[in-house]
Amino acid sequence: MSEAVELSKVSMDFAQFRAVNKVDVTIKAGEFFSFLGPSGCGKTTILRLISGFMDPTEGAVKIGGVDMIGIRPNARPTALIFQNLALFPLMPVWENISFGLEVRGVDKATRRAKAEELLNLVELYDSADKKISQLSGGQKQRVAIARALAVEPKVMLLDEPLSALDLKLRQHMRAELRAIQKRTGVTFIYITHDQGEALAMSDRVGVMSQGILQQVGTPMEIYNNPANGFVASFVGENNIFEGTVKSVKAGVASFATALGNFETRLGKGVAAGSKAKIYVRPEHTALQKTTAPKANSVPVEVGDVAFEGNFVNIFVRDRLGGTHMIQAQNDPNIALPANGSKMHMVFAPEHAVVLAAAATSSQS
Amino acid sequence: MTSKAFGAFLIRAYIVIFLAFMLLPLVIMGGAAFNDTKFPSIYPWMGLTDRWFVDLWTDERMWGSARNTILVGLAVVAISVPIGTAAAILINSVQARTRSFLYGFMVAPILTPGAVIGISTLLFWNQFNVPAGLHLSILGQVSFIAAYVMLLVLARLQSFDFGLEEAAMDLGASHAQVMRRILIPHLYPAIGAGALIAFFQSAENFNVTLFTRGNSDTLTVYVGSKIRSGITPTINALALILILFTIVAAFAYEIKRRREQIRQQALDAAATKE
Amino acid sequence: MSELYRRYGKLLTLIMILLTAFWLLALVIIPNIVLFEFSFESYLPVDQLGGPLDVYSLKNYETFIYSPIHIRIFFQTIIYSSLVTLLCLCMSYPVAFYLAKVIRIENAPTIFLLLLIPLWVSEILRSFAWFIILSFQGPLNALLLGIGIIGKPIRWISGFNGVIIGLIYSYILFMLFPVYNAISSLDSNQIEASEDLGAPLWRTHWRVVIPHAKPGIASGCVMVFMLCAGSVIVPSTLAAPNSRWFTEIIQQWMFEGLDWNVGSAYAFLLLVLCILFVSIVMRVLNVRLVDIAK
Repeated sequence: MSEAVELSKVSMDFAQFRAVNKVDVTIKAGEFFSFLGPSGCGKTTILRLISGFMDPTEGAVKIGGVDMIGIRPNARPTALIFQNLALFPLMPVWENISFGLEVRGVDKATRRAKAEELLNLVELYDSADKKISQLSGGQKQRVAIARALAVEPKVMLLDEPLSALDLKLRQHMRAELRAIQKRTGVTFIYITHDQGEALAMSDRVGVMSQGILQQVGTPMEIYNNPANGFVASFVGENNIFEGTVKSVKAGVASFATALGNFETRLGKGVAAGSKAKIYVRPEHTALQKTTAPKANSVPVEVGDVAFEGNFVNIFVRDRLGGTHMIQAQNDPNIALPANGSKMHMVFAPEHAVVLAAAATSSQS
Repeated sequence: MTSKAFGAFLIRAYIVIFLAFMLLPLVIMGGAAFNDTKFPSIYPWMGLTDRWFVDLWTDERMWGSARNTILVGLAVVAISVPIGTAAAILINSVQARTRSFLYGFMVAPILTPGAVIGISTLLFWNQFNVPAGLHLSILGQVSFIAAYVMLLVLARLQSFDFGLEEAAMDLGASHAQVMRRILIPHLYPAIGAGALIAFFQSAENFNVTLFTRGNSDTLTVYVGSKIRSGITPTINALALILILFTIVAAFAYEIKRRREQIRQQALDAAATKE
Repeated sequence: MSELYRRYGKLLTLIMILLTAFWLLALVIIPNIVLFEFSFESYLPVDQLGGPLDVYSLKNYETFIYSPIHIRIFFQTIIYSSLVTLLCLCMSYPVAFYLAKVIRIENAPTIFLLLLIPLWVSEILRSFAWFIILSFQGPLNALLLGIGIIGKPIRWISGFNGVIIGLIYSYILFMLFPVYNAISSLDSNQIEASEDLGAPLWRTHWRVVIPHAKPGIASGCVMVFMLCAGSVIVPSTLAAPNSRWFTEIIQQWMFEGLDWNVGSAYAFLLLVLCILFVSIVMRVLNVRLVDIAK
């Protein structure tokens, strides 16, 4: 039903630059795995390497333990859902879905039956004979999924297929995709630059930057224990302070900044004495009238207050002009701070972490 | 009348005169086919007759050349459409420098006088002892008509999403299946228009045919020799028939195009409604 | 080429290359090289082929240079072709602009259909139509005599009159359509902006519309000039004895003189003339070949 995908030390060079740099990861059979990263980070190249439109400059791509180098896309057990879906505009819906069967020489009646079955699976009824141009965005999405599933792929590859949809439909389709993946049990490899999508749908996420796989982990690991500064700031919001690691004692670092000393956790690859940054999530900070004895504290002036409904974002400015964000749960009993009031931004040592910048080619 | 309104009147009057200039000669030529005089004219009018059509109908040479015109036209379509299509696909997927180089050679025949094409074709095949004849006319016509087909197909290729080819291949299609099921169907409108234009270009060609035909006739050569040797209104009768044929073809083409347009609009409307 | 191979595989790529190669080599390039080579060879009886006289020489071109009549006809062809090209441009520009920017959108297809008819009618019939109209006892003289504009019939087909009218009528649509295409791609707001800024009509056209329409104008000029200079049928139908055309000389060598070598030298001169014209137009109007041939 589904197969594992193994990338070992995969690199891809184009004329001018290295799009993928020694990526090493195993995607388990039946897993929903996302590659998350900004545009140009190499995630689409990885997808094309797995689907067979390119072969890597170095390294190996294996699907179900079989080496795929030199095997053309039409012979790989993968199905790709394109960013623009690439539905065939001149064929009706059912012919689109059964195209993969048509080229394998399956007879028409069987193809038609299979198309109807898949249309039911993606909950698109009575559309078999419609033209592609008659479908709405969400319906096209479903046809594309059905078309990919028709060839019974071991691995399904999805290249930001939701990016063209509006926000509401996108959220609906996230749940839908997840449900289809669970129903079919096929390995899904999903490419996106949208952290919300990646965190909400995936079993595991691989965060990429500049061709390098920065971190692989469950959505919770990625968010709560980012491996480096890039992952921390790409996934979710952060308040950042620059400074120097002075000393490390029992896993707690003493970190000197121009705004005072903070106590923080120490991330991987940061040594005492080195310059670094600390990262604190907005929801792990609080605003107080006085300093807290057991926490880190920064005197700030309150700026804009954005009421978002279930939570409140409070933007503050420290005395050096740096801006920070504090996120608090909405509590009708507590008055929002006034613009311009002088207060303290506090955060616990266990919620702040010193991280190195992104991994570069020499480190990986 | 303000100066602006006067200007608008002037340009309208000019358009009407221009259209009359383009169309009246054809009307006069057609009208002369019914005039009962030896020399084709509509003036003086000597009475209505159908004898020029009867003369035409019984002219063996006309029938032979009409048959030749159709055969040559079909052969030109059969050769120039595959060549033009292949060349367009080829030139569309080579690097920019090779492309402009090849493009220059491909459009050159359009900008070459027909007499030059005819003579060079004649001389080239003469090297292999191929005598002049309609087969050379076909090859000579193909050399520039293939360029028209190439340009039409190339324009259509601009709107092709090559992602569709990858999608088909990803679903397991072979190269031939990709070509047959995905690319060629997209190109059909251009290929159809190319075939139509190829046939008409071939049928009305005179210059290339004149130098390559040997002793065979096509309709244009037949008319040409009639004009030189002895003009009778049979030529007008033939011209009228050809013009009517052209009008019917042009209308059919236009109606098809408009139907397509309306259908497309309906589809677009349906798509946006959902 | 590797892209083609990747997309369509070995067999289809090979077929496409072979088709294109057959076209470009066997139908376009090599025939012209043969023409070129022929123009330097002498016309010899079969038994002298390979003999001492079978060498390359400029003899055929000398035939041209030492024939003042042929030179005069050559330059007359150039001058009158250029004149017709210019007249076609001036006559079709207002129509092209009107069709592209002024006319109501629902009327345009009808006018186009009306114009497509003469375009699709063979040029031989088009020049024959004018042969009838312009003939000494033809309808034009009859009309003008009838309304009293002229006192006695005019011999229209004399000098280059008939040829010029016939060439304009035959080829003006090859000017109209490219110019129309170029103008219709101009954003109408630019015309309005120019008028809004106070530019008089002629300046709007000179500074906004014509520069935008340059590729279309270039395309039309090149096509019309080539068709005129290479026209066989219009001169042979509408020329007077004193107005001969260069293609007629070529025909004489090919069919009457039966000297294909001199004929090919003359044909080559015609080709060079057209190439020169194309490059001059490209240089003067500063457009590329890709813009011309669309």
